[in-house]
Amino acid sequence: MEKAESLIKDLCKAFAFIEGHTKIQRSRRIYAEIPLENSSSLKEVLIYLRNKKNFTFLCTITGLDSGENFEMIYHLADDAGVLINLKSFTPRSRPVIESVTPVFTGAVFYERELKDLFGIEVKGLPEGRRYPLPDNWPEGQYPLRKDWKKPDENPAPKA
Amino acid sequence: MSRVVVPIGPQHPALKEPASFTLYLEGERVAATNVALGYNHRGIEKACEERPYIQDIYLIERVCGICSHSHSTAFIQAVEEIAALEVPRRGAYIRSIIGELERIHSHLLWLGVAGHELGFDTLFMYSWRDREVVMDLLAMITGNRVNYGINTIGGVRRDISKEQSEQILKAVDILEERTKFYIKLATEETTLIGRLAGVGSLSREMAVKFGATGPTARAAGVKRDVRKDDPYAAYSEVSFNVITDDHADVLGRTIVRVMELMESVKIIRQLIKQLPDGPISVRAPRKIPAGEAISRYEAPRGEDLHYVRANGSEKPERVKVRAPTLANLTAITHMIDGGYLADVPIVIAAIDPCFSCTDRMISLREGDRGTETLMDWEGLRNYSLEWYKKNRGIDMNKIHALR
Repeated sequence: MEKAESLIKDLCKAFAFIEGHTKIQRSRRIYAEIPLENSSSLKEVLIYLRNKKNFTFLCTITGLDSGENFEMIYHLADDAGVLINLKSFTPRSRPVIESVTPVFTGAVFYERELKDLFGIEVKGLPEGRRYPLPDNWPEGQYPLRKDWKKPDENPAPKA
Repeated sequence: MSRVVVPIGPQHPALKEPASFTLYLEGERVAATNVALGYNHRGIEKACEERPYIQDIYLIERVCGICSHSHSTAFIQAVEEIAALEVPRRGAYIRSIIGELERIHSHLLWLGVAGHELGFDTLFMYSWRDREVVMDLLAMITGNRVNYGINTIGGVRRDISKEQSEQILKAVDILEERTKFYIKLATEETTLIGRLAGVGSLSREMAVKFGATGPTARAAGVKRDVRKDDPYAAYSEVSFNVITDDHADVLGRTIVRVMELMESVKIIRQLIKQLPDGPISVRAPRKIPAGEAISRYEAPRGEDLHYVRANGSEKPERVKVRAPTLANLTAITHMIDGGYLADVPIVIAAIDPCFSCTDRMISLREGDRGTETLMDWEGLRNYSLEWYKKNRGIDMNKIHALR
């Protein structure tokens, strides 16, 4: 617990905007948020955690639809079993984020998921086949958005 | 030299599950690889949002046919954390026992598949025969060979009796004997070593860079095991070693897996010996209070991560599943590139991507009559013998008699 507290202290010192947006849910589980207006700093925070705090493993990225914004949670682990969950936001009206693949190479498939299932544009994502939806999946259909309806319940408007 | 493009999959005899690999060859060497996935995407995460927690357990259990217990445990651990439920110690122990039996079954299955990919089919038959020992144990304890259905929010659904404990210990002795043979095989058999050493290299540095997990990472010397680093269920109360190896190739991955079989045997013995008395589950509410939790689980193939957000209702707001294969797939292209085409099947198999195995009992419904008959293994076998005799004119019994 002490280790987690000092980690949060260091993190807030390096990035003042995180101050007040942290919690320790239980041992080895830290949550931190990057406010929407600071979301451009995400990569710097990730680099800091990887290089200075030894969080070398990006477990995955979870996408969430929380109404006005989309949330992305970057789950980072270190070798001592501590998991830091870094939340970042992007507005639903214009969901664009930057790829973190320059920092964590293994993030490719996780970012493709965000793109396919939430319709979030990921800038700088390496080219490649889509994942996980099929190639003939209709455009503009993002199944993990809360307002998404199964296609058969949502017939195309008659011409 | 001009490049030759070889597409493998999505449907291909060498693949056990649909995935598409496009290999660009220069001579016999692979110059570049392209992977396309998603053929098995069933929308389980979305389906979870539309169902109550109790149904989600069974849905999540079907994410994978091999590490089904891993997924259901990872999911309910997150739900239990949100609902602040404390699983009774006996329940936690039983979860760990099933988890280790599952690891043994999964690793033995892998060993067989690996043998088969190498053209070493004797190994395939040996290890799948031995795997039946652990499958029988799982069927005895849970009632099912796969998709055990033993987990529930707040604990487990079936207890382990004293007689069952004794049977587990007896079976574990057999498995230990066999494992010793497999360890000898992986560390001393010159043909096997010659075939596997240097194939599908993934250095420690690269394993960390690509975020590899499980035996794939441990075979590159990355000492990462959720059971040790972030203990859950009963793992904080048993002693075991995290097996690592520095071969950083398919041979290393083989050694790590067979050595892990030994550790699993050790863990099961300790768990049975220390199995505490008491209840196996606590009552869980139907509605889970609002909150979020992340749960990690060391599945046979690596770290399984589940994220659950609850909104206070009886259905979750969001369920996120990250199975180990997805974490290892980025590393796959790196392992294939620069190697030989002939090595591709074993390199892909060496991260142990999942596939399902079938049930033994078939329920036959007779169309209009509405009657249902159950056929056991013997019945099913006789039926197939008769079918071939009648429809194909082949008398399998004669072949059988030669045995």
